[in-house]
Amino acid sequence: MSAVSSYAKALAVAAGRAVPIATRRHVYLSDRPLVFVPLALAGEANAPLAAMIGTSPHDPYMLLVPQPRNRDLRFGFAASLAEVVLAYVRSCTARFEVVGTDRLFLDAPQLLVPNAAGLGFVKLLGRSTRFRRTNGPYPVPAGVPLLGRWLTHLGERSEHPGSSAMLAMTQTLSAHWASGQSAVEDANLAALLGWIDPPEGVCGSEAALAAEDPLVWPPAGPSTDPAFDNEVLAPAIRAYQSATPDSPKRRRAVETLERELRGQMEPTWRLMWHAIKVLRRLPAAETVETRWTADRRDFSRYHDYLSTDGRPQARRDGAVAAARRLQSLEREQTTFDAARALDDPLVMASYRVTGEAFQGTVVSVDRNRRILSERGRRVTRPKVVVGTGDPVHLPVGESLRAPQRIKQNARITEIARSADGVLVTLELDGGMGRAAVPAPGSVPEVGDEITYTSVYPDAIRSPDLPPTDQTPWTHGGPPRPYVPTDDDAREAWE
Amino acid sequence: MDNLQERLRHIRGSAAEKRHNARTVAALTSNPGCARRAVLDAAGVDKDRLARHVGFPAKFGQSQFAITRGNAFEAQVKANGYAELLRLLRETLGLEIREVGSTNLEDVGGNTGQEVRHARSRQKLTSAAADPNAAATFYDHPLLRLDVGGSRVYLEPDLVAFHHDGVFHVVEIKSFAVIDNQADARKVAAAATQSAVYVLALRRLLGDDKVAHEVVLVCPKDFSNQPVATKVDVRKQLIVLNHQLSRLTRIESLVEALPPTLTLDLAPDDDGKFSRPAAEVIAALGEIEARYAPGCLATCEMAFFCRQEASGCTATLGLSVREELGGVETVAEALGLADGILVEGDDQAEVAAMLRTTARIFGSVAA
Amino acid sequence: MSLDLAAQAERVVVEILDDFRSGRHRGVVVDSPPGAGKSTLVVRTAVALASVGERLMIVAQTNEQVDDLTTSLSAAVPAGLTIGRLASSAYVRPARLAALANVLVDKDVGNLLSCEIVIATAARWAYVKDRCWPWAILDEAYQMRSDSLLAIAARFERALFVGDPGQLDPFSVVENDRWRGLNWDPMQSAVAGLLRSNPDLPVHRLPVSWRLPASAENVVATAFYPYTGFRTSAEPGDRELTFGTRAFGRSSVDALLSEAAATGWGFYELPARHTLRTDAEAVCAVADVVRRFLDRGAIARSGNDSRPITAQRIAVGTAHRAQAAAARQALFDLPEVTVDTANRLQGREYDLTIVLHPLSGRRDATAFHLEAGRLCVLTSRHRQACVVVGRVGIRELLDAHPSSEPVHLHEPVKFPDGWAANQTVMNHLYAHRIAA
Repeated sequence: MSAVSSYAKALAVAAGRAVPIATRRHVYLSDRPLVFVPLALAGEANAPLAAMIGTSPHDPYMLLVPQPRNRDLRFGFAASLAEVVLAYVRSCTARFEVVGTDRLFLDAPQLLVPNAAGLGFVKLLGRSTRFRRTNGPYPVPAGVPLLGRWLTHLGERSEHPGSSAMLAMTQTLSAHWASGQSAVEDANLAALLGWIDPPEGVCGSEAALAAEDPLVWPPAGPSTDPAFDNEVLAPAIRAYQSATPDSPKRRRAVETLERELRGQMEPTWRLMWHAIKVLRRLPAAETVETRWTADRRDFSRYHDYLSTDGRPQARRDGAVAAARRLQSLEREQTTFDAARALDDPLVMASYRVTGEAFQGTVVSVDRNRRILSERGRRVTRPKVVVGTGDPVHLPVGESLRAPQRIKQNARITEIARSADGVLVTLELDGGMGRAAVPAPGSVPEVGDEITYTSVYPDAIRSPDLPPTDQTPWTHGGPPRPYVPTDDDAREAWE
Repeated sequence: MDNLQERLRHIRGSAAEKRHNARTVAALTSNPGCARRAVLDAAGVDKDRLARHVGFPAKFGQSQFAITRGNAFEAQVKANGYAELLRLLRETLGLEIREVGSTNLEDVGGNTGQEVRHARSRQKLTSAAADPNAAATFYDHPLLRLDVGGSRVYLEPDLVAFHHDGVFHVVEIKSFAVIDNQADARKVAAAATQSAVYVLALRRLLGDDKVAHEVVLVCPKDFSNQPVATKVDVRKQLIVLNHQLSRLTRIESLVEALPPTLTLDLAPDDDGKFSRPAAEVIAALGEIEARYAPGCLATCEMAFFCRQEASGCTATLGLSVREELGGVETVAEALGLADGILVEGDDQAEVAAMLRTTARIFGSVAA
Repeated sequence: MSLDLAAQAERVVVEILDDFRSGRHRGVVVDSPPGAGKSTLVVRTAVALASVGERLMIVAQTNEQVDDLTTSLSAAVPAGLTIGRLASSAYVRPARLAALANVLVDKDVGNLLSCEIVIATAARWAYVKDRCWPWAILDEAYQMRSDSLLAIAARFERALFVGDPGQLDPFSVVENDRWRGLNWDPMQSAVAGLLRSNPDLPVHRLPVSWRLPASAENVVATAFYPYTGFRTSAEPGDRELTFGTRAFGRSSVDALLSEAAATGWGFYELPARHTLRTDAEAVCAVADVVRRFLDRGAIARSGNDSRPITAQRIAVGTAHRAQAAAARQALFDLPEVTVDTANRLQGREYDLTIVLHPLSGRRDATAFHLEAGRLCVLTSRHRQACVVVGRVGIRELLDAHPSSEPVHLHEPVKFPDGWAANQTVMNHLYAHRIAA
């Protein structure tokens, strides 16, 4: 939460409609995302009940488990899901380019789920399937272990700031719009979309209130409405269970389950595509493509890994893996935060309010200023003075960058405050060419509107960490190498 | 205040007192600053019924699948003379004994009155505590008692295990899964606070040194029905509980501030239908100040009512949002200050300036 | 100062030196409450090892800490020994180091291998490859993150880990629970992780604070070191705060100064108000208090040594940078007065501290504001007195604080509990309150 997004929420309450807090879309949206709406049975760790999945709003593929506690039926669900997911992954490998010695796919999978709990479901399903084997004493249907690895991989990617490999729609929408309700209520996809794009003639708060009625808007899942469970689902499952296989009674029970569960998922399915449409209206931010390339690179690498070694991801990170992951996440978080502000003036606004950035007009320029550097050479260091009405809470000496001149360093040499505003004097370095005189256009001109920020992506170096087999004694020494066992394959999934 | 109990009874009205249990006692720590909740809980009002009557039913239903699963898991854990549990506790607590006795305190020879059951539990537990050589024993469903704000609350932990070193450990059986040694941190927190209530009750009975601050949480392991046991240190939860229980005595001053005729009675008629007009009940509720925050939605049956009542307040947007808006009470006030329409009070100069800056900068970009 | 305490403290130090130098353990941990002689211990251990020809490396967390230690080492090591201060390319050598003849500063560790002692920040050490020292001392090891230790653990055979468990924990901008409960959780402190993987390592405790006055012993030990405690070397009467001039009239600030002089504590209570993070009135009050101490000519006596309290001996402590910036601005004409956040005040010492209470003016307390380590740093920097400025309402805030912190399995519970520590301190301060 920042002062700006909180203020936007207040505006949303008054307007009766969500207020944009971004002018650009900061996530990548695939032309063919795989939309996934899962439902799970209450009370279990991960008992899939039903799912809707597909890459277009029409004709979603529906899966269901008529007796969620039946192990075979559960693996049957996983097998069917595997078919869909693995086919989708394969389709992303159709085109590639060669970069150096590596093959980089031009596409990458993008899995879209309704909410954060959906992300959790994908991770858990990945965990419960990736250690299985298709042969040996406890075989599971083909594709299931591979499904597990991919779901787990997407689950891990979703924790990387800036990645678009797997997104929870509620989180993505909240990052671009401020609703007139709290973050807790924003976790309800129907309510959030009610604020962002309410039906004709209905105001946001009314639409959101309607969204809280499970009879009108079934929960987006994976949890189901307890009343639905008790009044509809339980009797239907009992009917299935008590009927003999292949009997008309059983067929009817399956039909009932399918009809009812479809009814629970279809509204959310429609909401997902509605959300995609709403997001597509926003132009993509400049650095979205760069981050998606990172997602593609990661996909290509993992794809290659699976075709060679292919062991499932470890249950928990070892000491070195954990430290390495933390380093990446920190680098990516700072880069992503800075990039969004540089890409989007509305995101930059929150830094302007805190005084970490400012926007103003250039009032004077000393273009040809040259000084003696530390080493005694003459160097070009133009000076500009910017007048701004923004609160400036930066110290003299701080280094800033302008979004349009990201390679040019601007160091504050003076700050003069008056009743009319703040005059900031900056010494410029870099991005001007090598000649004695700055290249045309490389220095701001008097009258230019310009933004300077102290938050920019700096090349953050992370030190090397020891290889896993040299994990030091301080962190428990080298871990025992993972050897897949029958126990893993046998692990109960009850 | 001599007639506090009478006042509370009057507030509750004709309905029977809603009994506290460990979960509700634990919930006392979740919004201690809310006077409405404090009064309703002290008076033993059925908040679920009340919320429904005023038109804002809570949504805390429980799926029968969850209930069934919970019961099945507990049965599994205790099957075969606690075989599974014994093995787990040996590993987790270091119980070295081979044999273990068990005492079922669930019913007392047909007479299941709470007073009698509690007396029997008390007797069994205190005599075991007094004899350090007593064999390790599981006490199944003992009935404990705790004084909560002047009234007696009966509490029933799933199990209490008696380590032969003379120290009791509370054992809590929950049906959420522990996967790769991790579990949902919010659920663990709730279980920890609930267990701390039992630890507290046991300590009041037997003394602090006889009851461990570590409880044993028993949950399904990974995706199976097999149990896994984890020790959970509940010292922090004990600190908070102790403090909140001692605060409950201040219910007197809260009640004193209320109109003496105030009642939340729903006036059931002969058919059991509630005849008191909802508007009257709402007016009565309005006399008791609430402190709504979005967190209430997950923990209190009255949350939807209080939310609607608080409509227009910045608290409905979230406490951190309210803070970012300078702590201003209402959305209208925040926007008024931001637009310069509202003239700020002496106290509000800084907040108004911050809001104006935010509005100006936001407006300059959003345009 | 009690001779018994001094003797006790010396015994502990000797035990530590013996334990470490014997090489019995790969790691020895030393818990050091505020002002317990941590830096002295680091220097003494380094000298003991270097004097008998052992090569050692020293790790500190910030450049300032490295430079401070380098200066102390330079004065303490025998003639003929050199200290190598390993720097990064951005480092600018401060004047006080330039003058030291036995200190070599270099960006390349290869040029410092002849030095008996090599010292650098943890961040700089992480880029050193392939070399190994038989001995290492890690200073402020509780403020070092576990992944930082992982990056440098191969650089040494045996290490002494010294730090204050009561002060601030390391943190990250990343929020992720996937490593919670793991022995090697990279986000925990280096010592916490070390001990979980190596529970048999000895943990020594320095028993005496040489810094804090007797008036601070009870509250700081009870609030922040509830299971281990410590004693102050100073006994009642050993420290005294007096003023060169008398007070004019009966201003509340002067009443506050009297309270501070009489008891070693003061709580300047401003009227109740919910304010922004930067509360101009509170910042003003803080500045007023600082100025009054200086204007009244405060004098600090420690044992038989009396000296006037100059601006350098006074510090202002806050929770947020913005608050520190505002206070810095309010005291712009007194640049020698230190004004900083708790983060940056760690390890430093003053005669007087004036603290803006982290919970002042707030409606709700977050984990950040309740963090025990923050309050510990702010209330344990002083030799004479600590004055806290805050608004009415802090007690009510603590009282009504809802507690719904998540609980992670297998994660050791950290004490003291932030809320409980705040309660203890606030109850204590309340007895010393002066209404503004």
